[in-house]
This record gives sequence, C-alpha cells and structure tokens, in this order.
Amino acid sequence: MDPDRATTSGARPERCGWLSVRTTLSMRTAAEGPADELADAPSYLNVTGSELVFVLIGVITLGAALLCVTSRNVVRAALWLVVTLGGLAGLYLVLTAELVAIVQILIYVGAVVVLLLFGLMVTRAPIGRQPDLNTTNRPVAIVVAVAAFGLLVAALIDAFRFAYLDLHIAGQGSPETIGSALFGSWVLAFEVLSVLLLAALIGAIAVTRRDVGAQGRR
Amino acid sequence: MHLLYPLIVSAGLFSIGVYGLLARRNVVLVLMSVELMLAAVSLNLVAFDVWLADVLRSGQVLTLMVIAIAAAEVGLGLAIILQLFRQRATSAIDDLDTLREPR
Repeated sequence: MDPDRATTSGARPERCGWLSVRTTLSMRTAAEGPADELADAPSYLNVTGSELVFVLIGVITLGAALLCVTSRNVVRAALWLVVTLGGLAGLYLVLTAELVAIVQILIYVGAVVVLLLFGLMVTRAPIGRQPDLNTTNRPVAIVVAVAAFGLLVAALIDAFRFAYLDLHIAGQGSPETIGSALFGSWVLAFEVLSVLLLAALIGAIAVTRRDVGAQGRR
Repeated sequence: MHLLYPLIVSAGLFSIGVYGLLARRNVVLVLMSVELMLAAVSLNLVAFDVWLADVLRSGQVLTLMVIAIAAAEVGLGLAIILQLFRQRATSAIDDLDTLREPR
C-alpha cells in the first residue's frame, strides 16, 4: 500500500483511534530515511529538561533493577524491587501519565511487594546473605540477557530514531481522562478484568486450602 | 522527548528481568523477575500511548489492566509457591525436576 495515499485519503484524521496516521509515517521513516513531516524533530544533542529528568530516574530504576536481580540477600532484593517500581512511577509521571503513576505506587509498591515479602516469609527464606541464590546457568543467563538487550536496542533505534513525544498536550494522563476512557470505551474489558480478579482470588484460596485433599480422600 | 529514551529504559528493564528469570534459584525471586519484565512492557505501553496521543487512551488503560493482572498473577503464584513449599519443603527451582528426563 502506498503510505502517501494512506495519509492523505485516509478517512481517519490524525490523532483519532488506535492506529494513528503517525504510525504509517514512522514506518516509512524507518524504511526510507527521514520524511519531511518528521525531519523537524529536535536533535538528540539539545537535551530538554524532561529528557534529563527521565534519564536520571531511568538510571536509578535500571540500577535498582540490576541490584534486585543480583543481590545475595532475598529481602534486600525485594526492597530493591520497591525502588525499581517507585522509579518506574516517576518515569510515568515524566511521561505525563499521572493516574498510571499513582496506581503503580498503590498496587505494585503497596500490594505486590508486600505479597512477595509474605511469600519469602512463608517459604522460610533465610534473612542473611546466601551463597547459592543463583543457578549454575548464570553465564548463559548473562549471554541471553545481553543478546536480548542488544537486539532490542538495535531494532528500536532503527525503527524509532525520529519519533518524538509531545509532552505538552494537556490532561493526557489525568485521572479524569483515563477514568472516562476506562468507564466509557473500555468498560467491557474492565468488567471482564474484575471477573478475572475474582477467579484468581478463588483460585488462590482453593489452591492453598489444607482440607480439600483430606475431604476428597474421605 | 524522543521516544527512544523510554523505549531503551524499557528494553533494559526487560533484559534485566530475563537475566533474573534464568539465573535465580529461589521461586519468589523468579516471580520478582517476571514483575520486572511486566513493568518494562507497561513502560512501553505508556510511552507509545503518549506518542500516538490516542483519544481512546488504549495504552494507559491497558497499563492499568496489566497492573491488575500482575497483582492477580502474584496472588496465584504465591498460592502455588506456598503449596509447593508444603509438599516439597523447598523453594529452589533446581529441585523441582520431576518432569525432566531421568539422567
């Protein structure tokens, strides 16, 4: 399909619906070099304030994630996970996704990490340093992770070199906008999600009950 | 902001999650690595949502759903880990090799 015709004769105006016209533009950019519409994206050399803040929080997040997967102390690993997820909430804030940042802190830092700490306690994980927290295939894991990172970064740079985020559209991620989208267009998915949560809850209770097996044998 | 910044941070988080998933021995730590990978996906979703300036806000709404599903996943995963610990008295994945070929 000719991308030019898609942009001019497409019935959808820009910024409408999930497959915006900009996607077509960026595909063409990746394939044939910079297009005129995107050539005015600022260079990587003049760093804006939000980019600087993003990089700083991103470095903290990645460092905490690295400490989380390499720490020899299980409880410290869980606490580094708190730092990672909190930093991620900061990244969401820089990306103007306020509601997602708040929910991230409430659910992940408030609930998921506490659940994980409970999990460490019920499996009687030793509190101090442990020498054998890694399996013997650690070198393979390093190779796979580095290869995945290199491949992803190469593909992303090739595809999205000229993509530029506009962070100045007001109210993009405000609770009002997301709430009206969630309870308007996405209300069916929301209801299905609540049923899924109920199923997971019942499933967790059914799996951990002690007396189910005994009743079955009787 | 260039889209590459969030994408590269997200790729880094995902790769760190892959490393943790493959290298860790404790089941709870493996679950934590899965959380890292899910978080990387969420960052991608939010970045692309802001880039496309979607009126339906599909990326951010999907991120909220991924967060809820991650909570459900951790709840169920911990139930399974708890039952495993009761039956096998271990939380190391290396010891759970009943499905492998006999050596």
